[in-house]
Amino acid sequence: MTINQISIFIENKSGTLVKVLKLLKEEGIQLIASTIADTAEYGICRIICSEPQKAYDTLREHGVAASLCEVFALELDDVPGRAADAIELFASKGISIAYLYSFLLNGKGCLVFRTDNNSLARQVIQENELKFIPEKDLSKLL
Amino acid sequence: MDYKEFYNPEESFSRSELEALQTERLKTTVKHCMDSAFYHRRFKENGLSVSDISTLDDLKKIPFTTKQDLRDTYPFGIASVPLRECTRLHSSSGTTGNPTVILHTAKDLDQWANAVARCLWMVGCRPEDVFQNTSGYGMFTGGLGFQYGAERLGMLTVPAAAGNTLRQLKFFTDFGTTVVHAIPSYAARLYEVMCEKGIDPRRDTSLRTLVIGAEPHSEDTRRRIEDMLSIKAYNSFGMSEMMGPGVAFECREQNGMHIWEDYFIVEIVNPDTLEPVPDGEVGELVLTTINREAMPLLRYRTRDLTRILPGDCPCGRHHLRLDRMKGRSDDMIILKGVNIFPIQIETVLMHFEELASDYLITLETLSDNDAMTVDVELKDMIFDDYSRLQTLEKEITRQLRDEILITPKVRLVPKNSLPKSEGKAVRVKDLRKKF
Repeated sequence: MTINQISIFIENKSGTLVKVLKLLKEEGIQLIASTIADTAEYGICRIICSEPQKAYDTLREHGVAASLCEVFALELDDVPGRAADAIELFASKGISIAYLYSFLLNGKGCLVFRTDNNSLARQVIQENELKFIPEKDLSKLL
Repeated sequence: MDYKEFYNPEESFSRSELEALQTERLKTTVKHCMDSAFYHRRFKENGLSVSDISTLDDLKKIPFTTKQDLRDTYPFGIASVPLRECTRLHSSSGTTGNPTVILHTAKDLDQWANAVARCLWMVGCRPEDVFQNTSGYGMFTGGLGFQYGAERLGMLTVPAAAGNTLRQLKFFTDFGTTVVHAIPSYAARLYEVMCEKGIDPRRDTSLRTLVIGAEPHSEDTRRRIEDMLSIKAYNSFGMSEMMGPGVAFECREQNGMHIWEDYFIVEIVNPDTLEPVPDGEVGELVLTTINREAMPLLRYRTRDLTRILPGDCPCGRHHLRLDRMKGRSDDMIILKGVNIFPIQIETVLMHFEELASDYLITLETLSDNDAMTVDVELKDMIFDDYSRLQTLEKEITRQLRDEILITPKVRLVPKNSLPKSEGKAVRVKDLRKKF
């Protein structure tokens, strides 16, 4: 029910992001979504990509501090209010969302987030029959 | 009021008078050292006996004493008197390896106070003065050392201790402080805050003398601080092993620090060959205490690099003058008057499994304040979480502060971004304005 996101520790210095992205490029890995928040000294670059395991292995081989972590990716209709409805379901169960980002792909909205309680979140998804994107579909999304 | 120029008659001694006194005191000290388990053994191991040391030249027969010796005999192994005769100890900071302990008898403290009083008198301090000490008190000798010396001289003392700059300034204006002891970077900080608060040192304070030291600084820095505060700033040298402040001090000529040769025998040696360097050349300062009871140290390697300034000082004192310290012959860092060894930092960092083994210590002067940054490599991205990275950073900072008594800026960097530890890695980058 979750997908693997790559999280990379990035120093706030010009050229560091390029180095990471080039490694993925050389392996033919395609980015689907990515985000970095701005902080003074360093950032965490979070990436959803076509082959997370391969991306992770590649980065590790090149000594990049990276981790694979489970995040949820919900597919939502591209109409106003869908995100609010979905998030409310989690909030009502007391589930906190650590971070969230979204993107549009092939006319569908995609909401990526990490929670503080994955098993409860799974339950919410099942009970409400929310549409989630399974990992194997990631490369098909492109 | 009319005062004499010298505080003690020993200040006016000629070279031959000084050397005669040193010879006598050296012999007494060596004899006394035989009551120290450490020196007794050391003399025996080297086939030396007390009678072998009868002239100043004989001093070189005695092996050097090192900081490691102090650590190895921690806490009381070098003492030359029973503990019940001691009235105070001072200890170095840190918990890595053994710290060092220096013991004092009542007479040692008396002599220490006299040395500091002599120094302060030399730069023009008189009983009418109000002396404010911004040193930390406690184990740090800059607190109590100056306190007792200033009291001995008879000044009104303000033991303000370190920190709380606004309160320091209030004391300046309310108590009419005329003499301040501060490390150079803190003196600059005092001025900065004076400006912020609209305090004009000339108009609003009675400051006229500043005693600085314990932090490497250049002649330019001194002149800048003097201009800022409209004050005379005198450099000083001291170390807890030799008692603390009061070992050497500039006179009003501000050209080299007179080291009190009725207290110490001075040698300058090449730190590699341990042979004496030719007169006037830079080498490691080696000191023998000849005026101490509890814990005399023979030929102690200070690890400070300096030289003897040639020629006579116009002030009339014949006690040798040390040049500004030129650095260290070991890797000790002196920051804000605090002595720090990189190994202390390394030991703290090694406890964090989140970190790789490389690190980099950077010392910088940021708006007149010396600061330390410690770059540490994150071994792995084990969490996808800003708050945990921040928690890690804070925890490293806290543990380092507990160890080195200074709060460094800790910076997490990706692994493999720092110089490798193979061979001689650059662990310390000193970019401070000095020398």
